[in-house]
Order: sequence, then structure tokens, then C-alpha cells
Amino acid sequence: MLDKTGIAKRIAREVQDGYYVNLGIGIPTLVANFVREDISVEFQSENGVLGMGPFPFEGEEDADIINAGKQTITTLPGASFFDSAMSFGMIRGKHVDLTILGAMEVAENGDIANWKIPGKMVKGMGGAMDLVASAENIIVAMMHTNRAGESKLLKKCSLPLTGVSCVKKIVTNLAVLEVAPDGFQLLERAPGVSIEEIQRATEGTLLIGGDIPEMVL
Amino acid sequence: MIRKTVKNVKQALSGIEDGMTLMLGGFGLCGIPENAIAELVRIGVKEITCISNNAGVDDFGLGLLLQKHQVKKMISSYVGENDEFERQMLSGELEVELTPQGTLAEKCRAAQAGFPAFYTPAGYGTEVAEGKETREFNGKMYVLEQAYKADFSFVKAWKGDEAGNLVFKGTARNFNPCMCGAANITVAEVEELLPAGQLDPNEVHVPGIFVQRIFQGKEYEKRIEQRTLRQRN
Repeated sequence: MLDKTGIAKRIAREVQDGYYVNLGIGIPTLVANFVREDISVEFQSENGVLGMGPFPFEGEEDADIINAGKQTITTLPGASFFDSAMSFGMIRGKHVDLTILGAMEVAENGDIANWKIPGKMVKGMGGAMDLVASAENIIVAMMHTNRAGESKLLKKCSLPLTGVSCVKKIVTNLAVLEVAPDGFQLLERAPGVSIEEIQRATEGTLLIGGDIPEMVL
Repeated sequence: MIRKTVKNVKQALSGIEDGMTLMLGGFGLCGIPENAIAELVRIGVKEITCISNNAGVDDFGLGLLLQKHQVKKMISSYVGENDEFERQMLSGELEVELTPQGTLAEKCRAAQAGFPAFYTPAGYGTEVAEGKETREFNGKMYVLEQAYKADFSFVKAWKGDEAGNLVFKGTARNFNPCMCGAANITVAEVEELLPAGQLDPNEVHVPGIFVQRIFQGKEYEKRIEQRTLRQRN
């Protein structure tokens, strides 16, 4: 079974040379730490920066340079700043190659819910609806089950949707899965996790074809 | 040169009335029009509708207007980080309209650029699209979203000149350029107000035609919401 860092490490292997990548808040943010150093990648933050670098050293933080999580950041050579309309133009216009974000629920048809729990304080969707509606390549990073032990990979989402039929791939603490026409296609198992364990933790249709390899991190 | 300078924040806000719709630039606390917000609090204008990506924190940014119960309605994409906001929203004192961030930016830009409405894929199939016209283009579904209408737009830039030209710094740019010229009157406050001719025309981010009033801002706090640092080895 993987921890959050393990999930981030596995997703980092999906990032290819020449990709512009948007990282959501939480586990996705960690992905930047594990991308291979021999490839060229630029990270976009939807508040208006491309070419995001690591957090600043103490004394070098700048209130005018933050990411979408409102954290202080730095920029790398080749970086650029732009306004919010242009930023979402990059996203809506499919110029960003890969979007990695968290979710509360994913359905087997690729629907995603990650912004609202009825009856609890609603903070808003931020840029999530724009991102999932437009990105060609969306990977969800999440735990396979919620705190109550219930599956987050469902036949149908029970929470209000963020977007419809948009998720392509899911990396959890238990498995790598692809959204296929008939359900969640199991691609890889986390180290030491059996197919039966994955099956038990998956409420949606799980498609298992042939040998399922263990993840390489 | 058409001069846009006004003497101070008081002049800049002349004409503000109760019940108006205001656009306010900024993302989180980054790039917010601090001086205009302080003046809105001081004059005590009431029943206002604010179009702003976020609602500030309890004791800074738009949170200051919420503390004084001056806001009737917030139109935002994300409103966490604010307990007073939550209290007013749950008690029904405050009306809230949540809009996807890219749609919010584009609804401002559409107002600036003269589009009454536009189609976006964001929110299709979700509660955001309820009651809105949808249409298929090339096999994909889109939602019709309308441009905002606002009375005043308050933006904050790094540098500006007497002609109203603006230059922004870092991610403090965010919604500010999209809101320029998107309301009947755009008020820009700047950290450094320069004589005309001091800004290189090649490097102007927003041309002065979109700005009606510009003034030299004072005492910027520029509070950091999440000071996140890297350890030195």
C-alpha cells in the first residue's frame, strides 16, 4: 500500500518530456518533487504563472508571487506571468498537457466530484470545473477509500459533480486504474496489494484482464 | 495625453452608492485594491454586490467589508478562509453565487471586450449549468454564460502613469486586467504613479483607455496568506 508520497511518485512517472502540467492542491502538489530531472517540464498555476519553481528560502518570499494554493513560490528561468482570463485560456484551449487533481469521488464513466458536500460549508469550486471540463489528460490522485472506509471509485457519484466523463486515469494508495468504456480497468497494483483487496475497495465495476503487474516507483 | 489621475482615494470613489455592483481584483490577498477597500469601509456604503474571486480573510481584504455587514451578495469562485463569511452565509444574511474561476475571469473580460455572452465547457452537467442554455459544438457540450454588469471596478497595479496605463507584478496581476474597462468606472490604485512617458509603451499590460481614475496608493500591507518556505540545507 502506498502513502501520499508514494501516490505522487507513481504519478510523476506519467509526466513526459515537453509537458505543461497543472497541479491541484494536496497530493498533486507533491508530484513536482519526483519528476525526472532529465526531462523538461513546466508547471502552470491557474492564478497566473507558468514555470513555477520550489518554495522560496526564508527572507526571499514575495507577497506578489504565489500559487493557486496561495502559498509563496519562486519561478524558474523561462517563467511567465499572465492574467486570469489568459490562464484559463491556456486550460480551456487545451494548451496544458496534463492536469493532476484530487477527488472525493470518481465514477466508472469518468465523472468526478470534488467540490461540495451537501450540508457542509461550501467553499467553492475555484478552477476545478474549468480544469476538468477542458483538459484532455486528467489524472486523479486520491486514496482508494474515504475515512469511513467507503470506496471512492463508484458506479455513480453521490456528491454534486465537478465535471462529467472527464477522468482518464486514477492513481490511489492501492492501484493504478484507467477509465474504460465498461468500468475501471485495473492496470497496476501497489506494492504488496492483492487484486482481491483492490476489488473489495472498489464499488464501481472493476475490469481485470490478464496479469496485473506491481507498480514501479 | 488624457489625464486620469485623481488626488486621492476619496476622489477615486466619488459616485459610489448603496446597492451598487463592484468588481474587485485580486486572488486571495494577492493584488487586492487595499486602499479602495479601506475607503469603502470608511464611507460605509451598504447593500453592495461584490464580484471578486475570493472573499478575503476575517480581518483583511473583503473580510473587512463583511465584518461591517456592507455586502449583500458575493460572486466568487472560492470563499474559504473566512469564518465571518461562513457565519453570514449559513444564517442567510449573505447571498453567495459560486462561479468557476475561469468563467468568472471570462465574464469580466467579456464585459470589457463587448461580448454579451460566451460558451464554455466549464460546469456542463453540474449544478452550475442549471437553468442555463447549453449547446453542442463539434460533439462537445457547452454552457452559455453572460458577461457581468458592474458599476465600479477596483483594481490594483504595481506601476501606472497619468494616462492610466498599468503594469502588474508577478501573480498580483490575476483578475485585475480582466476587470479593467469591465464596469462603468474603473478605478486603479498603484504602488508607484509615474508621469506620462515614464512607462515603456512596449511593456504596458493594460492601456489607459480601460481606466477612468488612477491614484497613488498608500501603506500597502500585502499580507501573505500561506508563507511556505524551503529549508536551507
